Amino acid sequence: MDADNDADRDADSGDDDDDDDSDSDSDAEARWSDLWRAVGTSGPLAAPGFDPAAAVAQLRATRVLVIGAGGLGCELLKDLALSGFRRLDVVDMDTIDISNLNRQFLFRAADVGAPKATTAARWVARRVRGCRITPHVARIQALPDAFYAQFGLIVCGLDSVEARRWISFLVLRLYAEQDLMIPLIDGGTEGLKGQSRVILPHLTACYECSLDMQTKAVTYPICTIANTPRLPEHCVEWASVMAWPKAFPGTPLDADDPTHLAWLYDAAAARARDHHIRGVTYKLTQGVVKHIIPAIASTNAAVAASCVNEALKIVTAAYRYLNNYMLYAGDRGVYTYTFALARTPACPACGSARLEMAVHPDRSLAAFLADLADAPSIQLARPSVRTATASLYMHAPPALEAATRANLARPLRDLVASGDTLTVTDASLPISLQIRLCLDPTQDPPEASAEPEARG
Amino acid sequence: MLNIMSIKKAKAANAGAPPTSKTSAAQIRLQKDLADMDHLPSTMALAFPDPNDVFHFRLTITPDEGFYRGGRFHFTFTVPTSYPHEPPRVLCTQTIYHPNIDLEGKVCLNILREDWKPVLNINSILVGLQYLFLEPNADDPLNKEAAAILQSSRATFDANVRKAMRGGAFGGVTYDNVMVHP
Ligand SMILES: [Zn+2]
Repeated sequence: MDADNDADRDADSGDDDDDDDSDSDSDAEARWSDLWRAVGTSGPLAAPGFDPAAAVAQLRATRVLVIGAGGLGCELLKDLALSGFRRLDVVDMDTIDISNLNRQFLFRAADVGAPKATTAARWVARRVRGCRITPHVARIQALPDAFYAQFGLIVCGLDSVEARRWISFLVLRLYAEQDLMIPLIDGGTEGLKGQSRVILPHLTACYECSLDMQTKAVTYPICTIANTPRLPEHCVEWASVMAWPKAFPGTPLDADDPTHLAWLYDAAAARARDHHIRGVTYKLTQGVVKHIIPAIASTNAAVAASCVNEALKIVTAAYRYLNNYMLYAGDRGVYTYTFALARTPACPACGSARLEMAVHPDRSLAAFLADLADAPSIQLARPSVRTATASLYMHAPPALEAATRANLARPLRDLVASGDTLTVTDASLPISLQIRLCLDPTQDPPEASAEPEARG
Repeated sequence: MLNIMSIKKAKAANAGAPPTSKTSAAQIRLQKDLADMDHLPSTMALAFPDPNDVFHFRLTITPDEGFYRGGRFHFTFTVPTSYPHEPPRVLCTQTIYHPNIDLEGKVCLNILREDWKPVLNINSILVGLQYLFLEPNADDPLNKEAAAILQSSRATFDANVRKAMRGGAFGGVTYDNVMVHP
C-alpha cells in the first residue's frame, strides 16, 4: 500500500462522506459545466426528440447498472461517474486478487480479498461527489428479473461469453415480458483488441445473433495432444484432458484450486521432458487451463470510454448513438471500424416470436398443439414444446417422442403453471416461438379452439 | 434513429411476477437441434435417461457395414450450458478397439474440439461419429497401436476388431463385448 498516494487521493476528494448533491454547490456545478454545454445544447447532430432542458435531468435520474467490476468495470464506473451519471449499481461476484492490481486501478494491496463491487463502488463514490453507487456481490444469474427491471441502461464489462449471452437474453426477456426497452451496451477486450456495441432488444442484433463471431478458446486436436505433442500447450492440455481424469476419476478439475494446478503443472512438465519440449511453466499451465487472455489496461480504457460515450448519448439523446458495433484494433496503430451488425433472422434468442395465449386449464396438450397448427398466424406442422424444466411433447428424436407421447392426452393444468413460458420449435420454422400461457377457466371450454393473439 | 429513452414504457403490473425458471438461449437452440432430428438413420438411436433433461443423453451406433458391422457402440453426450458456443462432450462408454477412440472412451473427431463452430449441431456430430466407424482414420490416431496396424495390414486390423468386439483380450487389454448378437 502506498501511503503517499492514498493521502493524495483523500485530499483530492474533499470531504469523503459528503453525500450532498445539491445543485447550489458551486464547485460541483463548475465541474460539470463543459458537460452541460455538450449535452444541453441542440444542434444538427442531436438525436430526434432531443430536449436540451430534459437532458441533464435525464442524465442525473437514469439508473445505470454496470456488470463486472474488473478491468473494464473499473473504467466504466469511473467514466460514468465523471460523465454526470449519479445513480449507479454494480454487480460482481469476485473478490480482488493480487494479480488484478496491475490494471484494476481502483484496488490497492490492502483490498486483496475484498469484493470487487464493494471496493470499486466505494472508491468511485468517494471521488465523485453526488454519485451514488450501490454494489451487489452476486452472480448475475442469481438476481431476479425485478432487480434488472429497475434500470434504464445496462453497461457490461464482462470477460465471459456465457455471462454476456445471459445478459443479452435477459434484456430480450424483459422486453417481451414486461415491455421494458433496456438498452445494453457491451464492451469486451482481448489483449490489444476490443469492441463496444449497442444492443437494443429486438431492434438490433443481439449477442446470440453474432455468436459465430465470438473468439473461441484455442483448442488442439486430441490426437496431437495424445501422441504427437510439439508445443508446451499440448503438454498442459494432455495433463488436463488425458492425465487428470485417469488419475482422479470422477473428480472434476477446478482450475481455481492451486493444488489441482500444481498437479497439472508437474504432469505437464514431466510430459514436456519426455518429449523434449521447452516452455512449460506454472504460469503457462494456469493460462492454458483457465483460457486466460492477456488483459491490457489501455484497451480497457479505450473500450470503456467508447461504452460510456454511447451511454451518455443514449440517455441524453444529445447525439446519435452507435449503430451498432465498433471494433477496436489497438495492435495496428489504432484502427476502429464501425458497422451495423445485422440481426440473424433465425436467431434462437431474438428471432423468437412471442405470443400470449389464454387457454382453458382442462384443454389437453394435443388439443392445444392442434390449435397451434391451425392458427392462421402460426401454422405449425409438427410442433415440439418444452418449458424451462420439462419436455411436454417432442416430435423427435424417436426416444423423446415416445417418452413424451403420454402427455398429449393430459390436461394443460397437469403439465404447466399459469404464466409459464413454452418454447415451441418446428422443423418447418427456422425460429422458435415463446408462448406465455395463461390458464384461464373463463376461456372457451376444452373442445373449442383458442385463438392466439400475436404481439410485439 | 430512435430516441430510446422516449419509448420506454414500464409495465409495473408485471414487474412483481414471481420468478419462474427461465429458458436459456442454449436450451432453445438444443430443443431445435433435437426436434429437427426426425430422420435418424436406422443405425443410430438416442436415449434420454431423463426426458426432461435434454442436456444429457446417450447415443447408440450399430454400424451395418465396414469393420465394425454387427457391433453396438454407446456414447454419452453432455451438452454444456455454453452450447453452441462450445461443443458437447462426447465419451464412448465401452472399452473398444478403434484408432480414433482411446481405451478411456475419448474420441478424436475434429468437430468435437478444434473445428467446432456454432453453426454445427448435434446431428453434425452424429454424422461424424458414424463416419468414424465406417472409415477409421489412421492419420489422427488416439490409439496408436490400432492405427499402426490399420496402416500396415487391413486384414490384421479387421481380425483384431472382430476379436475385440467379441470381448477378446490382447495387447494387455480386455475389450468389451459389443456384439448385437453375442
Ligand atoms: Zn439475436
